[in-house]
Order: sequence, then structure tokens, then C-alpha cells
Amino acid sequence: MNGTSFPHAGEMRLEARNLMIRRGYRLLFEGLDLDLAAGEVLQLTGPNGSGKSTLMRILAGFSQADAGTIRWPGLEEDDEPANALHYHGHREGLREALTPAENLAFAAGLLGGDAGSIPDALDALDVGPLADLPVQVLSAGQRRRVALARLLVAPRPVWLLDEPLAALDTAGQALVGRLLAEHAAAGGMAIVATHQPLGIDVRHLALGGIPS
Amino acid sequence: MSAILAVIRRELTLARRIGAGVELGIVFFLILISVVPFAIGADQKLIGRIAPALLWLAALLATLLGLDRLLQADEEDGIVDHLQLAETPLMLVLAAKALAHWLVTGLPLSLVAPLLGLMLAIEPQAMLPLSISLLIGTPALTLIGLIGASLTVSLKRGGLLLSVLVLPLSIPTLIFGATVVKEAAAGRAYSTPLMLLAGVSLIMLVVAPLAAAGALRFARN
Repeated sequence: MNGTSFPHAGEMRLEARNLMIRRGYRLLFEGLDLDLAAGEVLQLTGPNGSGKSTLMRILAGFSQADAGTIRWPGLEEDDEPANALHYHGHREGLREALTPAENLAFAAGLLGGDAGSIPDALDALDVGPLADLPVQVLSAGQRRRVALARLLVAPRPVWLLDEPLAALDTAGQALVGRLLAEHAAAGGMAIVATHQPLGIDVRHLALGGIPS
Repeated sequence: MSAILAVIRRELTLARRIGAGVELGIVFFLILISVVPFAIGADQKLIGRIAPALLWLAALLATLLGLDRLLQADEEDGIVDHLQLAETPLMLVLAAKALAHWLVTGLPLSLVAPLLGLMLAIEPQAMLPLSISLLIGTPALTLIGLIGASLTVSLKRGGLLLSVLVLPLSIPTLIFGATVVKEAAAGRAYSTPLMLLAGVSLIMLVVAPLAAAGALRFARN
């Protein structure tokens, strides 16, 4: 179902130059360069507290780097980077009182997706039968799967996934690897912060060390 | 556009499902009004005289209900991240949230207020102006609250701080709103305070979403 290809995705790139981030008096990193082209997946690793999540939030545009620039060449002039990316953080972005179907319908409306694709997306994540239960009764792993279904409901070229494998079982982890591979093959790009192997071809960036 | 509809639909569903819907706001309003005679005593004349002020104060407090959860609950669930990534500008998304909040608080309050005014022995000729003033004025209260909710979004238990921020800003609305009802009860023309009230609401309609979007981005940076 990820046969979607993205308009202009072929020319789209991420160019981050000389990023420096401080938290209080602590320097998280400086002089960080990051390049990513369409069709690539970057795996972000680094010890706890090395700034992986901070970097993700900066790339998403939620907070600002203390120095350096982030550019998305290839994005249409009038297109905001915020409209081209998905951010999946530690919090699932689901409301407990609503069902997965309702949560995803909201995401589709908000992020520009197609509400008709919700059943397929839930099936793709193997949580189709849970569509009409309140999220409250779902397990942590099931919630994570529902949250990840959002990536399929609203197709966007850039995925920023912070620890997407947490709480997932082995099958779920393999599934995320497969989704990432399909997304890259369709011309999307992704940055994934995780220490677990994704089981696909990725580039690596280790924070608190030298990029390889 | 679809983002705005999605926000409104979700807020209304949530309000209904978690019991923060229309009924609760009205019941709160009702209880507030019912305890007044216990505090003041059975002096019908006195109560009738201060009723416009009491009703407006009650509307102000009822509007504050749930305002602290308007954005904070979304922040805790990680949904504010998604609001910032929406295709619709953040200020419009926030305006949609304010509208949904008003639909379940300000609007029903405005409609039942004359009934509660009856309990406070308000003058009959002031009942319609009471409804009209609340209809025009409560959006301003919600919009001012939206700015406060955006500023306190990342604070745990920011509800008290929110009230401290919002209540002083609500003073002009309160003055003009209560004046409309007071003048109407005294049988005088009330179009001047009503127009000033509408002015406050219109200014807030323009300024508040913009300020709230800026405050939200700032508070989360």
C-alpha cells in the first residue's frame, strides 16, 4: 500500500549544517552536519542523553538549534517543511477516550490524509480488529502500532521516528523495518532514532561520536 | 479546511465522551447561581440588583472550566506536535479549538442564562439583553483563555496560573457585559456597552489566535 510516490520527492533533500545545541550549560553537540536524500533511511544512535530526541524535535521544527541551519532543498517555495513531515515521538499522539479509527480520522483531517485509507492502514499494522475499541484498553504495543498507522493514513515524504520500536514485539519490529523500506522505495526519507537493528539498509549517525 | 472540521469534530466527540459536555457546564452555572442566596440571604431586592454581575461572573468561571485541559491534554498525549505539523496554519487550528470550546460552554450558557436569571429575580426586560450580551461576550472570554492555555501548555498543573493570567484580561468583557444587563434592567438604552462588548470580542477574534499560536510555539521551544 506504500506504492505512493511523493511529488518532487526525487529532488527533495535535507541539509543540516553546523548544528549546535546547548541544554543549559551542557553542550549536546556542535558542528553537526546532516545530509539525507530521497530514498534514504538514517539511523540515529548515541548514548542516553546525547541529544537524539532534541535533534529530532529540531528537525521537525518544534524547537530551534542554538546555531546552524536546516534546509530542505527541493521543497516547493510555498510549502512549509512542517507540511512534508511526520513526527512520531515518545508520546503516541493518541487520545485514550477515542477509538483508533477516530484518532486516525483526526490525524487524516489534520495532516492531510485520506480517511478512507484507515482500515487498510490498521490492517497493515495488524491492528485492524481493534479499530473501534477505545485506545484506553489497548496495550502499549497495540497503541504503538495504531500510532504508526498514521504514517500510512497521511502520506508525507519525511518520517522522523523517535524510538518507534519501543514496546513492539519481534513481528512488530520487523514490520516497522518493512514499512521503512517501502517508504524509502517510494521516494520518501526517514530518520529513525533507535538502538535496535532495523533489518534494512540504513545509513548511520552516532551522536556523541563521529558520524560514520 | 478539513483540518478545522477535524479539530471541531474531535473536540465535540471528546466533550460528549468524557462527560465534559454541555450538561456539565450548565450544571456548574446552575449550582453557582443557586448558592448565591445562601451566601447573601433572602433579600430579593438586593439579589435582583446584583444579579447581572453575578450571572456574568458565573459565566466567566464556567468558561474557565476545562480551559486548562484545552491544550494541556493534547500536549500530554503528544498531539500538539501534530497540531504544529497540520497543513492549516496553527492559528486557525487553535481558533477551531476555541470555537469548539465555546460551542460546549459559552453558547449553551447564553441560552439558559435567562432561566437562571429568573432564579435571581432579574428584571424581565433584562432577560433578552442578558442572553445577547453573553452570546456576544463569551467568545471573547474563550479566546482570552486560549492565549492563557497556550502559554501554560507545558506546565503541569497550570490551571491556577491560567486563571491568574486570564481573569485580569477578562475585565473589559466583564464590565461591558454586566453593564448591558444592568442598563437593560433599569430600562435604559444599552446599545453603547453592547457595541463596546462586540468590539472586544472582534478584537480578540483577530488577536487571540495569532497570539496563542505564537505563545504555543514559544512555550514549547
